[in-house]
Amino acid sequence: MSVLLEAKGVTKRFGGLLAVSDVSFTLNEGEILGLIGPNGAGKTTLFNIINGVYGNDGGTFTFAGKDITNWPPNKLVHAGLARTFQVVKPLNEMTVLDNATVGACFGKDYESLNAARQTALKVLEQVHMAEKANVLAKHLTIAFKKRLEVARALAAKPKLLLLDEVLAGLNPTEVAKMLELIRAVRDSGVSIIMIEHLMHAVMNVSDRVMVLNFGIKIAEGKPDEVVQDPAVIEAYLGSADIADKLRES
Amino acid sequence: MILRRPVLYLTLITAALFIYLPLRTNDVSLREDLILIAISIILASNLNLMIGYTGYVNFGHIVFYGLGGYVGLYLTTVRHWNLYTAALAAGIAVSIFALVLGLGILRLRGAYFALATIGILQAVQSFVANFDPFGRSTGMYLSFENYAPLGGAMSALWKTYYLLIGVMALSMILSLGVKISKFGLGLFAIREDEDAAVVLGVNTTTAKAIVYSLSAFLPAIAGTLMFYKNGMIDPSIAFEFIASLEGIVMLMLGGKGTVVGAALGGGMYEKLRSYLLTSPRLSNFHLVIAGGLLLLVILFAPGGLIGWLYSLVPRSRKVIE
Repeated sequence: MSVLLEAKGVTKRFGGLLAVSDVSFTLNEGEILGLIGPNGAGKTTLFNIINGVYGNDGGTFTFAGKDITNWPPNKLVHAGLARTFQVVKPLNEMTVLDNATVGACFGKDYESLNAARQTALKVLEQVHMAEKANVLAKHLTIAFKKRLEVARALAAKPKLLLLDEVLAGLNPTEVAKMLELIRAVRDSGVSIIMIEHLMHAVMNVSDRVMVLNFGIKIAEGKPDEVVQDPAVIEAYLGSADIADKLRES
Repeated sequence: MILRRPVLYLTLITAALFIYLPLRTNDVSLREDLILIAISIILASNLNLMIGYTGYVNFGHIVFYGLGGYVGLYLTTVRHWNLYTAALAAGIAVSIFALVLGLGILRLRGAYFALATIGILQAVQSFVANFDPFGRSTGMYLSFENYAPLGGAMSALWKTYYLLIGVMALSMILSLGVKISKFGLGLFAIREDEDAAVVLGVNTTTAKAIVYSLSAFLPAIAGTLMFYKNGMIDPSIAFEFIASLEGIVMLMLGGKGTVVGAALGGGMYEKLRSYLLTSPRLSNFHLVIAGGLLLLVILFAPGGLIGWLYSLVPRSRKVIE
């Protein structure tokens, strides 16, 4: 397996606050990396640094062999890196199809309008939203808005997909559907980093898990190893019982 | 394909009627009415590229029209260029000015951008009023000799009229072309959520600067033609803040973001304004009415006339763009 993304010594300061401190990790092709940690641990900040929304205050990123440190987000999309937002950002007054078409038009292949429409239709099919194609995005329920986030990102035909809490706020049936989708996306050859609080979901789909606390990486490894790590139990899970339950499930 | 869009043919038919009607009857007062309507349509359509498509409220749009008038008149009277080249040069010069300016001020968002555009209008007006080649505060005048290349004043009036109708048609076609293009889709994404647009891959800095510059081109040409026709220009009539505001009223009235809405709003507002201005009892009352109208539209029909039509007949969305 070859390395798709390599981060070295990533650091971000907001004034006196060290939001992310010297975090290094690698992501292999076709892998799902779960990113967990308490609120405020710096997970979303790390995402924002990876995809160029924030500048990097130290450290480097290599993506598919290229140094992408401090590239702007729109350039990263062309390189094959797409993301979803934790707080959904639908293009409200546009249809679901147009939302996905924007993703394809300005994505990795920079498709023409007609080709992008076709890609968008295919992606909507893939996320089971084809029947919503002509609905205005503002009229969707939160579950569909989350799925639209994924559809838009997929339409860009990324090599790496960053999923920021796509399961939050979904009911158990919707969670199961979304997990199915995430696996299918991975199987189609897209690598994924996902931030998630829903522990059983993370344990279920991740190949590896990385844990952040106060901006510092405190653990990394296979899901069932990580939940037994005393530092993770103390910082995030709370008690060893939970770790055991998660391991059994 | 733009050729398959009904609005394209609607535009061409309207332009043809605008040319045919005054010509058939040789009715000069009808021609003057239609000129004012054409100017309103040109300003509203191009302003629509910024406000309706990109979501950036430009309070200083009239600056492009005024500067276009100044550059064009300077080239025709002082440099003795012919009108056609002068108008085109004015369009290009003002677009470049807008592009450079845009790369700077379009870093601002929302209310801050809107405030900056008011500042630009005031700054340009003050600059021109103190700029010797443009005649400072007295402006520039054309003499009858200046119309000689177009076959005398009478023929020049008709020729500038045809050209203005052409610019009006081009404005609407440009609006339509942008709306159905990939570039337009990127602009809509910026309007809906600029942060999302960037992350979806839209190069927002470039797209915004280009559309700002594009929205300056045809108004600048119209400025040259109109002030050439009028025979004079000065800073107070070229850079009228009220005219900028009226452009926004037109757009809201007709329906921002739509090609037909911008044109319809421009035409209707101009008709209303000239009626109010000429009626003895309501003269000078038109701004009060414009303000009231804007308030009513924003409160009860934020999509304007066309938005209201869309909500009544959802299918009309596909035909009337």
